[in-house]
Amino acid sequence: MTATTTEREGAGGGVLTAARRGKRSVSAFLDRSPRVRLGGLLAAPFFWLGVAYLGALAALFISAFWTTDTFTGDVVRSWTLENFRTLVHEDVYRTITIRTIWVAALVTVVDAIIAFPMAFYMAKIASPRAQKLLVVAILMPLWASYLVKAYAWRIMFSEGGVVDWAFNPFGIGSPGYGLTATVITLGYMWLPFMILPIYAGLERLPNSLMEASSDLGARPARTFRTVVLPMAFPAVVAGSIFTFSLTLGDYIAVRIVGGTNQLLGNVVYDNIGAANNLPFAAAMATVPVVIMLIYLWAVRRTGALENL
Amino acid sequence: MRTVRRALVAAAASTALIVAACGTSSDDSSSSSEEPGTGGFQPPDLQAMSSLGDGEGQLNILAWPGYAEDGSTDPKVDWVTPFEEETGCDVNVKVFGTSDEAVSLMKTGEYDVVSASGDASLRLIAGGDVEPVNTDLIPNYKDVWPFLKDQPWNTVNGVNYGVPHGWGANLLMWNTDVVKPAPTSWGVVFDGGSKYSGEVTAYDSPIYIADAALYLMKHQPDLGIKDPYALDQDQLAAAVDLLKQQRQNVGEYWSDYLKEIQAFKSGSSVVGTTWQVIVNLAEADAPVKAILPEEGSTGWSDTWMVAANSDHKNCAYMWMNHIISPEANAQVAEWFGEAPANRKACAMTANKDHCDIYHAGDAQYASQIHWWTTPIAQCLDGRTDVQCTDYSDWTQAWTEIKG
Amino acid sequence: MTLSRPTRIALLVALIVGLALVYIPLLVVVVNSFNVDATFAWPPDQLTLEWWRKAVDNTGARDAIWTSVKAGLLATLVALVLGTLAAFALARFRFFGRDAVSLLVILPIALPGIVTGIALNNAFRTIIGIELGFVTLVIAHATFCIVVVFNNVIARLRRLGGNFEEASMDLGADTFTTFRLVTFPMLRSALLAGGLLAFALSFDEIIVTTFTAGAEVQTLPIWIFNNLFRPNQAPIVNVIGSALIVLSVIPIYLAQRLSGETSGGRI
Repeated sequence: MTATTTEREGAGGGVLTAARRGKRSVSAFLDRSPRVRLGGLLAAPFFWLGVAYLGALAALFISAFWTTDTFTGDVVRSWTLENFRTLVHEDVYRTITIRTIWVAALVTVVDAIIAFPMAFYMAKIASPRAQKLLVVAILMPLWASYLVKAYAWRIMFSEGGVVDWAFNPFGIGSPGYGLTATVITLGYMWLPFMILPIYAGLERLPNSLMEASSDLGARPARTFRTVVLPMAFPAVVAGSIFTFSLTLGDYIAVRIVGGTNQLLGNVVYDNIGAANNLPFAAAMATVPVVIMLIYLWAVRRTGALENL
Repeated sequence: MRTVRRALVAAAASTALIVAACGTSSDDSSSSSEEPGTGGFQPPDLQAMSSLGDGEGQLNILAWPGYAEDGSTDPKVDWVTPFEEETGCDVNVKVFGTSDEAVSLMKTGEYDVVSASGDASLRLIAGGDVEPVNTDLIPNYKDVWPFLKDQPWNTVNGVNYGVPHGWGANLLMWNTDVVKPAPTSWGVVFDGGSKYSGEVTAYDSPIYIADAALYLMKHQPDLGIKDPYALDQDQLAAAVDLLKQQRQNVGEYWSDYLKEIQAFKSGSSVVGTTWQVIVNLAEADAPVKAILPEEGSTGWSDTWMVAANSDHKNCAYMWMNHIISPEANAQVAEWFGEAPANRKACAMTANKDHCDIYHAGDAQYASQIHWWTTPIAQCLDGRTDVQCTDYSDWTQAWTEIKG
Repeated sequence: MTLSRPTRIALLVALIVGLALVYIPLLVVVVNSFNVDATFAWPPDQLTLEWWRKAVDNTGARDAIWTSVKAGLLATLVALVLGTLAAFALARFRFFGRDAVSLLVILPIALPGIVTGIALNNAFRTIIGIELGFVTLVIAHATFCIVVVFNNVIARLRRLGGNFEEASMDLGADTFTTFRLVTFPMLRSALLAGGLLAFALSFDEIIVTTFTAGAEVQTLPIWIFNNLFRPNQAPIVNVIGSALIVLSVIPIYLAQRLSGETSGGRI
């Protein structure tokens, strides 16, 4: 390739081989045409996410309009609204959906309450060295397997387990396996996802703002309420996107600590696995998707999406 | 810039739609959807193998827990490794918890051979997921008890679709320290369940509705239930009510047998439906006992079947021959706690009374068990004046029951 | 910061309580990995090293860990490339559909995992018609890992601004050289933070994995799932969990040191 080297003075006096000249001309071409640059950058991710992923989602939701031959379990491609009709008419699905939304909301609130003071301390009071250590401490549980943690909670909630042992002196026992246990366990799992965005958001909040507020005569409580909270709010909402969405689709923790309870994720999972009813599972799956899309659209205005 | 963007978005959207519309194809080989049922449907036209070749070196088994033990549960319990050594077929075992899971896993096409109960076998046949089995290629088949051969759940229009594995009943297990006096009837989990509220367990599958129907069959005869799998709307509603009542007392449902073992060991469950293998494994750490209650029980008669699209059919046939060989059949029957299919296995069980305990050769006894089978619209008890509920009704009802 | 002393103390208490809540279950896991009783009665009567010994010999666990590592690395690699490309596109250009693309990137992680899982499963098996296996697993993982890398890189790009690149090109470097010598070094720590988080997400992922891994592919979470309730294996699961907790300090600490940012990366 470098057999013939044409010497040419490039800017700066370097020697340009044919290869480098080729590269330069490509680079120059790219510099001149922003559209091609953009297209080149976007092509791969766009194909992967836009066509492949969206296509898969679209295929799934189209199948919600089909039905299965219940005996053989094969999908029959005849268009029908039967699945959606069942979802709307049968009370149990509405009950399950509302229950799931409740659990997700509770988990989000519990996490926000626990995470905020922790994140505030980390962002505003801890020394830089302590901050680093604290972040490591928060991130470590993410690496412990989700299943191991859920199983640990199952053992903790069992009779004679840690929760019993800790609360018996106060006269109350373990709540056993049920929705309370589910909320606690899921709240536990997603806590780091709430702490990190709030921490990042609070870090970005300049101390000078709070000092200015107190210079203007506001007491700490007022500063917190009128200065800190509004500015940290998008970060809290960003964290809530994770806790909400992760809870909405979870079916594993519920099976481990939830006793007989069913959540949305279980219905979808049971229908795609055990019942082999992909169209119905897809129909049920539209529910959390719609909920999340509404949620995302609603929080767009708060700027939370920038805070992710 | 804008037109380029717009064009790209439009292109992506239309590509996605086209891709979606072409996808999710239905299985072409399933031709029937009108009258599925024993003898009432036309299975797809598939041919059995005519001769056996060399092993392909691999086999993916889909099995009930305890059916294909390879030493990982208990190092002394292993009939898979000898098979691998003898045939060179490297085995992967996947365990499932309910017949529904078995059917949907078979549809992925990743498994070569499956142990199907009666409520899965006909669905697999109708869906074209399994093919007929040439029993001449399986030397041990001739020693299988005659009353297990050519039964409605493994033979359609005279064509054999599998090899009998063994059979047994669903039992009632309880914690002897907590549940007193020792129960003799399913009533302890139904009407009497409030005594152990929060600690009752039940099998997590729509097929469990048949257990409720069986209970009603004996205790509320005016409902007119003759076959727990042939329930018209009113009978199904009665069973659903009974199960909703039971739900108040259930702590956890189980489909993973290990979860039930753990629940009994830790004391979170004290009474409920079980399989003998669960009793055997739980006994080591918990005071449990199990019986077949006075109302009788639902049960299962399992068949090994070959996947229609399997790449390892030779290994599959070798496995089927191995699992019903006297030695292996005796081992699995004792480990799982069921009646073996091969009558020669009775001489090889460690406990000489095993076959008597499980009524292995007793065709009369076997006929009393209400085998798992898929409910269909055409009433299985022969009634023609009503339409019975089918499995999708049961599945829907089950979701409703769990709430 | 002008916070009163009681407030500071209250916040410190909150932090400690919070950390305690976070670590108690992990402590239970670690203690149970030494518990003689396989049903994990509490408090444990006796401690033993037997489970740790068995875990070392357990080939199933070892293979599963290796599969998870392989899948994680590959998925992270793909996510790094695609996430960076997308981040550049969104940070440096204004174009129609920009918000849509940014929403698109978030979608795989904002939608419940089970939806992503069954959509991809359906697409692989019925539309494209390929069998599930290692490749489908990597594709699925890469899909939701993209957003993690994207968030980190775009945050960094926004902070940096385009001036450095312009200056470099004014001095005569072409696009590729600029990227190599100017942009990339500044992005390195963001890429590292994003990559680490992506790896962590992929390593521990169970829901999407259940639907997109083939029958023979067993990642660590799948192995744990299959063995969670098995009497002989459950203690080994605890051992693996404990080992992971302890070992995870290393990559996280490294990331912290190298990133220079104290926010631990953006999820």
